[in-house]
Amino acid sequence: MSAPPGVASDESTPSGQPGPSPAHAAPRRGLSVVGVLGELLILAGALLGLYVVWELFYTDVQGDRAQREIVEELAWAEPDVVEGDVVTTDIETIPDDLKVTDEDPPEMAYPSYTETFATMMVPRWGDDYVRPISEGDSRRDVLDPLGIGHYPDTALPGELGNFAISGHRTTYGKPFKRVDELQEGDALVVQTEGIWAVYEVTGWEIVDPSAVEVVAPTPNQPGAGATGRFMTLTTCHPLYSAAERWIVYSELKYWAPTGHGIPSELTEVPA
Amino acid sequence: MISTWVWDRIPGPAFLKAILVALVLVAVVLVLFEWVFPWVSTMIPVQDPTVGDGGS
Repeated sequence: MSAPPGVASDESTPSGQPGPSPAHAAPRRGLSVVGVLGELLILAGALLGLYVVWELFYTDVQGDRAQREIVEELAWAEPDVVEGDVVTTDIETIPDDLKVTDEDPPEMAYPSYTETFATMMVPRWGDDYVRPISEGDSRRDVLDPLGIGHYPDTALPGELGNFAISGHRTTYGKPFKRVDELQEGDALVVQTEGIWAVYEVTGWEIVDPSAVEVVAPTPNQPGAGATGRFMTLTTCHPLYSAAERWIVYSELKYWAPTGHGIPSELTEVPA
Repeated sequence: MISTWVWDRIPGPAFLKAILVALVLVAVVLVLFEWVFPWVSTMIPVQDPTVGDGGS
C-alpha cells in the first residue's frame, strides 16, 4: 500500500544514495505518542456521543416498544383501552351501584418481584396512554425494562394505605413524561385483573430524593398509619436530572370490579 | 497511528475493507447499546425516579 520510508526522499538526498529520510518527508506510518493519544481521545469522544444518543433516543424506542408489548400480552387488560379507541367507540361504562369507596377490594395475591399486575391510564395524557405497572422499584429490574414500578410493601390498588409507584420522566419510554401537566381533579385510572381503581389528583410537590415520607401509608404523615386510600407517583425532577423528585398525590374516588364496562373518566377528555 | 495500523492489517481490496469495517462498527454499536450502556447507566444514579436510599 504505502511507500516504505526513504523511497519518497531518494531524489532529495544530496549524495544520491539512499539514506535515512528527513522526518518531514516520510509518510507518517509509525506510532507516535501524541498520535495514539489523539486517536484514543477521538475514540473516547465517539463513545460518549454514542452514550448520549443511546440514553436520549434509543432507550425510548426500546422502552415504548417493550411497555406496549407487555400491556398487549396481559390477557385481562381492557382491549379498547389498549387500542386507544375509547373516545371514538360507544363503550359501556361502570354503573354507579358497582362503585365502592369505603371497603377494601377483594384481596389479590401480592405480586411477585417484577410481575406486571396492573395497568395505568391517564386521560390527561391522551386516550392512548396505557402503561404497565410492575412490582419493585429497582431501575435495573423494573423501571428501565418494564416501565412503571410499585414500591414494595406499599398498598395495592384500591386498598387502604398508599399505592405508591415510580416511573421515568425522561428516557426508557418515559411513562411519566407529562407529569407536570396533571391538574387537581384529574383522573388516574388503574386496572388490575380484578378491579378498576379510579384516583383523583389532589396535589403535587417537588421534594428531595430522600423524602421517603411521600410514600408513607398516609403521605407525609409517616406516624399516622393508613388513614385513607391514596396513590402517590414519584418521578425525576428537573428533566434529565435526578436532583429532586416530582411527587403527585391522589386519593381514591372509587373502585369497581372489572367486567362491567370501563370507568366513565376514560371517555372524558379533560379540558 | 492505530487506525492506519489496523487498516493495513485488514485483508482484501479497499472496498472490501470498508465493508468489513462498517460491519464491525455496527456490531460494536449493537453490543454497546444492548449490553454495555444499560449496565453503565445503572452505575450512574442520574436517572433515578424513586425516593429513598437512592441506591435503586
